[in-house]
Amino acid sequence: MKAIIQVENFASSLVGTLCTPIFVGIFIAIVVYALWPRNKSLFDAAARMPLRED
Amino acid sequence: MTMGEAGLTSALAVFAFASFLGAAMGHDAAFSFHASLACVASLISVVMIGNRYLDRPAALPPAEIGGRPNYYLGPIKFASAMAMFWGIAGFSVGLMIAMQLAWPALNFDLPWTTFGRLRPLHTSAVIFAFGGNVLIASSFYVVQKTCRTRLAGDLAPWFVVVGYNFFILIAGTGYLLGVTQSKEYAEPEWYADFWLTIVWVTYLLVFLMTLVKRKEPHIFVANWFYLAFIITIAVLHLGNNAALPVSFLGSKSYIAWGGVQDAMFQWWYGHNAVGFFLTAGFLAIMYYFIPKRAQRPVYSYRLSIIHFWALIFLYIWAGPHHLHYTALPDWAQTLGMTFSIMLWMPSWGGMINGLMTLSGAWDKLRTDPVLRMMVVSVAFYGMSTFEGPMMSIKVVNSLSHYTDWTIGHVHSGALGWVGFVSFGALYCLIPWLWNRQLYSLKLVNWHFWISTIGIVLYISAMWVSGILQGLMWRAYTSLGFLEYSFIESVEAMHPFYIIRAAGGALFLIGALIMAVNLWMTVNAGKASEAEGAAALQPAE
Repeated sequence: MKAIIQVENFASSLVGTLCTPIFVGIFIAIVVYALWPRNKSLFDAAARMPLRED
Repeated sequence: MTMGEAGLTSALAVFAFASFLGAAMGHDAAFSFHASLACVASLISVVMIGNRYLDRPAALPPAEIGGRPNYYLGPIKFASAMAMFWGIAGFSVGLMIAMQLAWPALNFDLPWTTFGRLRPLHTSAVIFAFGGNVLIASSFYVVQKTCRTRLAGDLAPWFVVVGYNFFILIAGTGYLLGVTQSKEYAEPEWYADFWLTIVWVTYLLVFLMTLVKRKEPHIFVANWFYLAFIITIAVLHLGNNAALPVSFLGSKSYIAWGGVQDAMFQWWYGHNAVGFFLTAGFLAIMYYFIPKRAQRPVYSYRLSIIHFWALIFLYIWAGPHHLHYTALPDWAQTLGMTFSIMLWMPSWGGMINGLMTLSGAWDKLRTDPVLRMMVVSVAFYGMSTFEGPMMSIKVVNSLSHYTDWTIGHVHSGALGWVGFVSFGALYCLIPWLWNRQLYSLKLVNWHFWISTIGIVLYISAMWVSGILQGLMWRAYTSLGFLEYSFIESVEAMHPFYIIRAAGGALFLIGALIMAVNLWMTVNAGKASEAEGAAALQPAE
């Protein structure tokens, strides 16, 4: 029983600890995507979306 | 008859019968009253769906007419009109309770008009009824326009707007009758919560399905903000309202969480309602309406992506700052404080992006009071998102917590940011929806200045009163006794309560001017220029 609790504690703390680098990694990936030079034209067009009339 | 019409009619008929039984067998008068309302509302809806079916052509409206999307505007018109109605109601109740604090005799010694019952009526009416209708109306408009496609669903959008307003009716009348689960900003009891869940999931589905059938490959940033708002509110609502009713025929329920866990759940909900309802939703409005009105592109689309995701990652942790110096573990309080301070950056990213969208069009602030209103709202957003993190710092909070400073902070955000950006959006939306020119820009100007003076009176009175109150509570004599009794601090606040009520009255007057202006726009306004030009084209 004790061993099972130890494994559970280890697993939950591992998941808890991994969350931080995973979230930071996702956020950095988003920043890279937003600043990637090749995406500039896409974003420039998107910035004008409210102005287009149909 | 479509599947939707048949299905919704049958569901409402069954619901009418069930609520009829509920009304007859209810354990308390309030529950029976609400069940009767549900019964009547379902029957009226069945009749209206039937009439709509008989009046409409056999085929549903086409998704496109002449290659242009055939936008679905009916539900948006309804929600915008309801927003104006609830705004006036909510501001009036706010003025009433502000005056009650200055002159307690205005409680009238009646249970229904006590501060304790009117206060949630005020907060729910302004946040959920006024703000909520503005968000639903604007989101349905923006998602169609930026996806260049007709709103998904035929009856579903109507179900969302009418169902949501029915939830407001149940919640509001419940407060007056003393039905509450005593959770701030989540007062409605279990059956109202259950109804809202159904409405909200439908809202999410309508929004998602419209995104799915979009004609534009790129999803515009405003839609990201709206989607974050809809999804997060669903999660918060389900988490914070987990409750077990005492009886399925009575209004009382007990919350599943206990003690400090309940407190943490409550403020995880409460602060993220600020973050995702009052911030993300209205930032979506900012990202569509300011560029559109100023005829300028979004200043930095890259910044909008980065500050959106920064808000999403950070906001969810900020709730514990509402529980400083309580039984909540110290590490959790510090965590809440830290994340609140980090929120400075994405908040100001949004503010800078909104303000700088004006670059190249600053002169429009002189001539267009609608744009000025929205830009001032963004300035208030910057100010209150500076003040909020500062107040979440524990030493500052030890002075500010439980004082009027908090009320002042909330209102600089609510009146200045949420109120003004909503007014700006409605001043744009109503003419667009009804194809009219705005009746009077001069009245908008009056609204702007009267309300701005009202806000300044309100927040400065609350700053002074709050800091005074905090300092009086912590003042000790040289012998170590408290220098002031509690009632002395109450007495000291009296003049500020009068100033606050005066500020609130000005804000209400501004909104009344707005209601007249919008009423005249719809009923006596000139056709918008584009329409007029088309009408004048000679026949060929």
